[in-house]
Amino acid sequence: MKKQAIDSRPASPKPWYDPRIRSLFFQFVAIALVFWGGWTLVDNTLSNMQSRGISTGFGFLGETAGFGIIMSLVPYDSTMTYGRTFVVGLMNTLLVSAMGIVTATIVGFIIGVARLSSNWLVAKLALVYIEIIRNIPLLLQIFFWYFAVLGSLPTPRQSVEVAGSLFLNNRGLYLPEPMPQDGFGLVWGSIILAIVAVTGLRKWAKKRQLATGEIFPTFRVGLAILVILPVLAYLVAGSPLTWELPALKGFNFGGGIAIIPELAALWIALSLYTASFIAEIVRSGILSVSGGQTEAAKALGLPNGLILRLVVIPQAMRVIIPPLTSQYLNLTKNSSLATAIGYPDLVAIFMGTTLNQTGQAVEVVAITMAVYLTISLLISLFMNIYNRAVAIKER
Amino acid sequence: MNKTQSIAAGAVMLCGVLAAPFASAATTLEAVKEKGHLQCGVTTGLPGFSQPDSDGNWTGIDVDTCRAVAAAIFGDENAIEFTPLTAKERFTALQSGEIDVLSRNTTWTLTRDASLGLNFTGTNYYDGQGFLISKDLGVEDATELSGATICVQAGTTTELNLSDYFRAKDMEFQPIVFDTSEQTVQGFAAGRCDVLTSDRSQLAALRSKLQDPSSTEILPNTISKEPLGPVVRQGDDQWFNIVKWVLFAQINAEELGITSENADQMLKSDNPNIQRLLGTDGDMGAKLGLPDDFGYQAIKLVGNYGEMYDRNVGPDTPLGLDRGLNALWTEGGILYAPPLR
Repeated sequence: MKKQAIDSRPASPKPWYDPRIRSLFFQFVAIALVFWGGWTLVDNTLSNMQSRGISTGFGFLGETAGFGIIMSLVPYDSTMTYGRTFVVGLMNTLLVSAMGIVTATIVGFIIGVARLSSNWLVAKLALVYIEIIRNIPLLLQIFFWYFAVLGSLPTPRQSVEVAGSLFLNNRGLYLPEPMPQDGFGLVWGSIILAIVAVTGLRKWAKKRQLATGEIFPTFRVGLAILVILPVLAYLVAGSPLTWELPALKGFNFGGGIAIIPELAALWIALSLYTASFIAEIVRSGILSVSGGQTEAAKALGLPNGLILRLVVIPQAMRVIIPPLTSQYLNLTKNSSLATAIGYPDLVAIFMGTTLNQTGQAVEVVAITMAVYLTISLLISLFMNIYNRAVAIKER
Repeated sequence: MNKTQSIAAGAVMLCGVLAAPFASAATTLEAVKEKGHLQCGVTTGLPGFSQPDSDGNWTGIDVDTCRAVAAAIFGDENAIEFTPLTAKERFTALQSGEIDVLSRNTTWTLTRDASLGLNFTGTNYYDGQGFLISKDLGVEDATELSGATICVQAGTTTELNLSDYFRAKDMEFQPIVFDTSEQTVQGFAAGRCDVLTSDRSQLAALRSKLQDPSSTEILPNTISKEPLGPVVRQGDDQWFNIVKWVLFAQINAEELGITSENADQMLKSDNPNIQRLLGTDGDMGAKLGLPDDFGYQAIKLVGNYGEMYDRNVGPDTPLGLDRGLNALWTEGGILYAPPLR
C-alpha cells in the first residue's frame, strides 16, 4: 500500500525537495565553508605579516644556519643550511622515538606479565612500579634522570672505566666504535644468508610437524645458524674489524661512540614512563582471554610456556594492539619534551633555534606540526596493518 | 527568492563580510592608554636586568627602561605589567601584540631589525660576549678552549657568535643548548659543560647565582659586540619615537645633571636645555603625543641613565660592573643621545 503511494508521486520532484540533491548541496556548502575558512586564515596571515614587514616564504631553508649542534646522525656543521638543521632535528627525534618504542615495549611486556605472576613478590613489585611511574609527570621524570643522575657522575678526568675501552662520565657514555675493514661485506652476506636459512628451516619444520607430528628444535638450531655462519665468515675473511677506542683529549673524550646524557635521560624516562602504561595494556589483554582457553590448553597437555605463546598471547594481541598504537604515538609526541634538557630534537633545533634566528614562526611551526602528524600517521598505518594480521578471522 | 537561493545568498554575503581585511587597530599609544598600563616583555629572571625581588616586584635596568616609558605616558612608573619571556619566545610575543615593548637584553642586529617586523629603539647597555669557566681547568684565554663543551642559551646571538668564533679560530666545540639562562647555569653547575658563554654582563649576573662564584672566572676575551636595547613593532612611528626618546631623555638628563632627587629644583632652572627636557618650556612632549612633562616624570619617578645603571648593575651591586663603554661620551664612554630640542 505504502510503497505504491510513494511510487505514484510525480516522477521528478522539485530539486530543492529532493533529499538526495539537498544532502549533496549541504555537503557541498560545508566543504566550501571549510576551504574558505582555511584560505581566509592563510590569506589574512600572509597579508598581515607583509603589512608588518615580517619576512615570509620558505627561502630561509636555503640560508646558512651558523649555529652548532651537539649530536647529529647526518654530517652537519655550522656552515650548512637551515634545511639541514631540519633534517638533523628530525633524525634525532626519530632516533629517540624508535629507541623508546622498542625499550618501552620490551619493559612493558615484562612488567605486564609480572603483574599477573602467581609469585606474590613479583606481582607486587610490578604493581608498585606501575603505580609510581605512571602517576608522576613525565617532565619531572626527565629532569630526575637528567639532573639527579647526571649530577652524581664523575667529571671526564675521573671517568668510570671498564677494561680501558668503555668510559662513563658526566659528558656521556663512551663506547668503542667498530670500524669495518675490507672484506667485511662477506660477514654481512653471511648474516643475510643465515636469516634466509632460518626462515626456510622454520617453514620446513612446521610442514614436517603438520605431516608427522614430530617437533623440531627450531629455536636452538636457528640460533646456532645465526651465530655460527657470521662467525665463520668473520674468521675466513681474516677478522676484518677494528675498534676505535675513545680517549681523553683535552677537555673531553674523543673517538668511539658517544651516548650523550641528554639522549640517555630522555630515552630512559620515555621508555619507563610509557612502559608502565603498556604493562597495564598487556595485563588487560591477557585477562581478556577467558580462563577456559587456558584450561583447555592444559587439558591437551601443553606446558605453561607453550600455553602462553600459542594460546594466550595470540588472542591477547587483538586487545593489546589498538591501545598500544596510542602509546607509541604518545611516546613519539612526548619526545618533544627533549627541549627541556637540551637534547637536540626537532622541536629544540628547528622550532627553537632555527625559528628564533630566522623569525619565521608561522612557516617553522607549520612544518614541525606537519612532521609530527606524518610520523604519527605512519605509525598508525603500520600498527593497523599489523592489527589486521592478528585480528580475529571469521571463518 | 526561494529558501535554497536565500541560504546561498546569505552564505555569499557572510563570506564577503568576513573576508574583508580586518580593520587595523588604534595606534599603540592609544591602545596602551585605553588599557591603562604598559605591557613590557622581560626575561624569566636575570639579576641586574630583569628579575622579581623577594616581594615580587620586578627590578633591573631593562625593567627600569620600561618603567620610564610608563612614567612618561601615565606619570606613574607602576602603570605597567611584565611578561616573562624566554629568548625563544620574545620576538613572537612582540610580533603578535602580546606585549607593547620588548626590553629583554636583546642584541640589535640587521636581521632582527629588518626581517622580523621589529625596530630597535636604541641601546640601554653596550655588552660583549665572554666565557665563564671553572678555575680548575687552568685555562687563561679563550684560544685554549678547543674541544670544550659549552653551555649556551637557545635562540640568542650568542649561539651564532660562538660558532663563528670557533670556526674562525679553527677550533672544535660541543654546544649544549638550553631554553633559559637559569638552565644553562644549572647545566654548568652540574658539570655538563666546561664553559658557560653569554654576554659579559649576564655572565657576571649568572656567576653570582653559583654556589661558589670564586671557583670560577670570566675569561678576558670579548668575542662580539652586543648592543642591547628595547624593541617595538614596525609600522607605528609615534610609538617607536616615544620609546626611543624616553631613553634619550634619561641619557640627556645624566649629561645635564638632573637626577630623581633634584628634578623638582631643576624645574626652576633657567638652562633652556633643562627646561625643554623637564617640559617647563617648549612642547617636546606634544610632538611625541605625550604630556609635556614626560621627561620630568620619567626622571623623577625612575631616574636618569646613571641612576638606573648604578642601582641595578653598577659597582655597588652584586654584579659590580664598571660603566666602561656605558659611560657618557663626555666621560670616556660611547653613550651619546641626540639633543632634545
